[in-house]
Amino acid sequence: MIRRLACLFILAGALSGCRDWQSAANHAGAEAERIWSLTLTFTIVLGLIWLAVMIAVAIVIRRRHRAAVSLHAAMLDDEKHRRNSWIVGSLLAATALTVAILTALSFVTQRPLFAGRAATAGVRLIGHQWWWEVRYDGATPGEMFTTANELHIPVGTPIRLSLESTDVIHSFWVPSLAGKQDLIPGHNNSIELLAQRPGIYRGQCAEFCGLQHAHMSFLIVAEAADAFENWQAAQRAAAATPQESDRAKGAQVFVSKPCALCHTIRGTPAGGTVGPDLTHVGSRAYIGAGVLPLNMGSLAAWIADPHGLKPGVNMPPVHLGPDELNAVTAYLIGLK
Amino acid sequence: MPRAAATPRRANQRDTGLEDAELRERLAYTWGRRPGLIGWLTTVDHKEIGRRYLVTAFVMLALGGLLAAIIRLQLARPEQHVVGPDLYNQIFTTHGANMMFLFAVPVMQAFSMYLVPLMVGTRNIAFGKVGAYSYWMYLAGGVFLWVSFILDIGPDVGWFAYVPLSGPQYGIGKRADVWAQMITFTEVSSMAVAVETIVTVFKHRAPGMTLTDIPLFVWAMLVTAFMIIFAMPAVMVASTSLILDRLIGTHFFNPSEGGSAILFQHLFWFFGHPEVYIIFIPGTGMVSAIIETFSRRPVFGHVAVIISLVATGMLAFGLWVHHMFATGLPELGASFFTIMSMLIAIPSGLQIFCWLTTLLTGTPVIRTPLLFVFGFFFIFVLGGMTGVMVASIPIDLQVHDTYFVVAHFHYVLIGGAVFPLLGATYYWFPKITGRMMSERLGVWNFWLAFIGFNVAFFPMHILGILGMPRRVYTYQTDVGWDGLNLLSSAGAFILVASFALFFFNMLRSARVGPLAGPNPWDAGTLEWLAASPPPPHNFDHIPFVTHATPLWAERDSLPIVSGISVNTREILITTLADAQPEMREASPDSSIWPLIAAIATTIAFIASIFSPWAAVWGSALIGVTLVGWFWPKSMKEDEE
Repeated sequence: MIRRLACLFILAGALSGCRDWQSAANHAGAEAERIWSLTLTFTIVLGLIWLAVMIAVAIVIRRRHRAAVSLHAAMLDDEKHRRNSWIVGSLLAATALTVAILTALSFVTQRPLFAGRAATAGVRLIGHQWWWEVRYDGATPGEMFTTANELHIPVGTPIRLSLESTDVIHSFWVPSLAGKQDLIPGHNNSIELLAQRPGIYRGQCAEFCGLQHAHMSFLIVAEAADAFENWQAAQRAAAATPQESDRAKGAQVFVSKPCALCHTIRGTPAGGTVGPDLTHVGSRAYIGAGVLPLNMGSLAAWIADPHGLKPGVNMPPVHLGPDELNAVTAYLIGLK
Repeated sequence: MPRAAATPRRANQRDTGLEDAELRERLAYTWGRRPGLIGWLTTVDHKEIGRRYLVTAFVMLALGGLLAAIIRLQLARPEQHVVGPDLYNQIFTTHGANMMFLFAVPVMQAFSMYLVPLMVGTRNIAFGKVGAYSYWMYLAGGVFLWVSFILDIGPDVGWFAYVPLSGPQYGIGKRADVWAQMITFTEVSSMAVAVETIVTVFKHRAPGMTLTDIPLFVWAMLVTAFMIIFAMPAVMVASTSLILDRLIGTHFFNPSEGGSAILFQHLFWFFGHPEVYIIFIPGTGMVSAIIETFSRRPVFGHVAVIISLVATGMLAFGLWVHHMFATGLPELGASFFTIMSMLIAIPSGLQIFCWLTTLLTGTPVIRTPLLFVFGFFFIFVLGGMTGVMVASIPIDLQVHDTYFVVAHFHYVLIGGAVFPLLGATYYWFPKITGRMMSERLGVWNFWLAFIGFNVAFFPMHILGILGMPRRVYTYQTDVGWDGLNLLSSAGAFILVASFALFFFNMLRSARVGPLAGPNPWDAGTLEWLAASPPPPHNFDHIPFVTHATPLWAERDSLPIVSGISVNTREILITTLADAQPEMREASPDSSIWPLIAAIATTIAFIASIFSPWAAVWGSALIGVTLVGWFWPKSMKEDEE
């Protein structure tokens, strides 16, 4: 029954051309799985109660008075009063019992959610209007690194993220892995992710945060432990110095134009911290916090006119000649 | 009604020993308004003000619905450009703020203003001048919001206006101030009506109407009035502190200066959750009234329903944190609010069981108002069920701020308040206009609304599960929300058609509908004793009440009270519990001061979003108008 209902939800998604990578029904995390089975239990129990009320309404409609001039004297005395009181009283007791059972189920499910809150976070997630800064912690400064809008996590190992904001309130939400948790300025929150199977899961800001709240998504890549280690090692490294001439020219343009004022590319003089760290931007799947899949075309379009793709974004348009634009794009896309 | 040709006036003429026709004419003269525009501006008659409230609220409904239609156009397909993000944010904020503050609460208070004095058997609402003032304030607040919206300074921070987004740093321009000050306008007006309702119900009831004899609709409005008085100050503190933060740099909500962003949420939802019940409880009162009349028997468990209304009103103040489960509260605190949220299902369930028992043991006659009540059962009960789901912390953490919640609260508010409201409009329209609404169009209206609503909003539950967050101006095609959004938009336009039909039916029936007579539904409560539409004085004789449905209990002749003045505005004050007559008291005469005071208040409110000094000179200005308002007048008796 539960499985069938789950299929129904997924089918509804599939019908609308769904990739199903941002769905609470398509759970791939421990927390999301617990919540989903609680959701189905609630849906079934409450659905049956709703159905019972509808049957009562249907009986009323069947028994309606059909006389042509049907408004007539009303009844004031009700000899069946006592029996009806008993029926209503027992229904009320049944409601109270149902409510108590559902509350208990909910409490049991919420235990693991609150249990790990005190644990130390391995990743800091900082919300910005309208992108996500991701800082991986390490034992030494050399093991720390910063990236944006894309997190990798190892399958089967719980990862705790600390959630911070420096501007307005955002909310971190990956439906396939866990419920949401807000990022509130001046307030420390955290969330634990435990992916049960490898995959790419999409998440999105869930608290209205202004003009581009709709374009503030991110990806969680859950992968095997060794793949995750490799990814971390690659991310820790500074950006490679480009060999090809056009890419070398792009690197030059990047540091001589305003780009470097806002963005960091480790291993180059570019050290701005206003915008996302671009050291390994070429390794990410999307540009602009989920606006477009990353490729030469979308990246060039983004650099040429960020406001055309994401109106109101904090990145100003930077005037580059066609050659400069091509060179910068080639340089950035090569930062794997 | 214009004052008729002068009849010779004698001191303290009482209603004993007058012919019916002469009594009616004299009372109408005493309670009627002055002729012409001045009369229109100065009236304190609860029926005239109630009608204005109703018309204005329905205009707000139409305007807010228009914005909803634009939202559904924009979201029908992914990556659409019907409107841009800036306008979209203004649209959804104005839609929400308008529907909550300028439609839902005022329309319920409008029915209350019109019906409560009639249903408790008195001649005007208590403090009639305050009623007039509250209407002008409401009108000014509504015009203020909509003019701002048209001038592109409509609020764009959501109807909840969370800081820091609405704070001085991120909420640039005057948009957030418009939101905050619109709240002040509507709060002043709804607090005023709440006070009037409470005093009318407690002290102006017809003799003999004990507390348990009060009609359930009036009980619902009484509970609502108390909730308004306790809930609204919280949001006024929130919105006023926000204006202070923005205007003079207080740092109530600025975490870097020792303020708290979470505090705003607590203040807002301490009001915001009761607000839902402030809208829904009047809906239950309407449902009780309609079920009583059309199942041809008094509501089963009259006292049980009263208790559950009061219980709902109290529990409603203990649930606000379930809007904040994702903010990272400690477990014990959050769990308390889960229990409270779940508990509210019990009084709601009790009411539903009582209504169903009434229908099952009565002889139900299906007319349009009852159709809408069946729609209410279908939609509201479903919304209540999803309400139990969002009370659970784990489930809420998934569905919070998604389209699941959008679906949930539209099921609760449209199902729990708007369907009863539509039914109530069909039910009380003959009382207000004297003409029946078309039953045939009513049935069409119902089915379009019922189908349109469910097609528009049911898919949103699934969209929320599929991960679609609220308040996004667009979405991408690779997340799989296209089909359900298109379906939802299609449903929304059926819903729009149903409301167009509703308005058409009202406008047409007001002119050509069949004449209704005083009691077209053969209902049992006192408002149906008065003529349709009621004369300025409501009742020729104040009735004496012996039963909760007096018109059914005393079919042949209702006992009446006599000895009340016919040439001064005199009303009967009765005791709180048993409605024993206590004394006669003067009811206020027409006055222009409410309008002048409202204009002064409007000037002060609007100016004070630009300069803090406006609060100073604005208060003085309001003070001057209040001196005029309270200027001692010699009583008529003294003159003669």
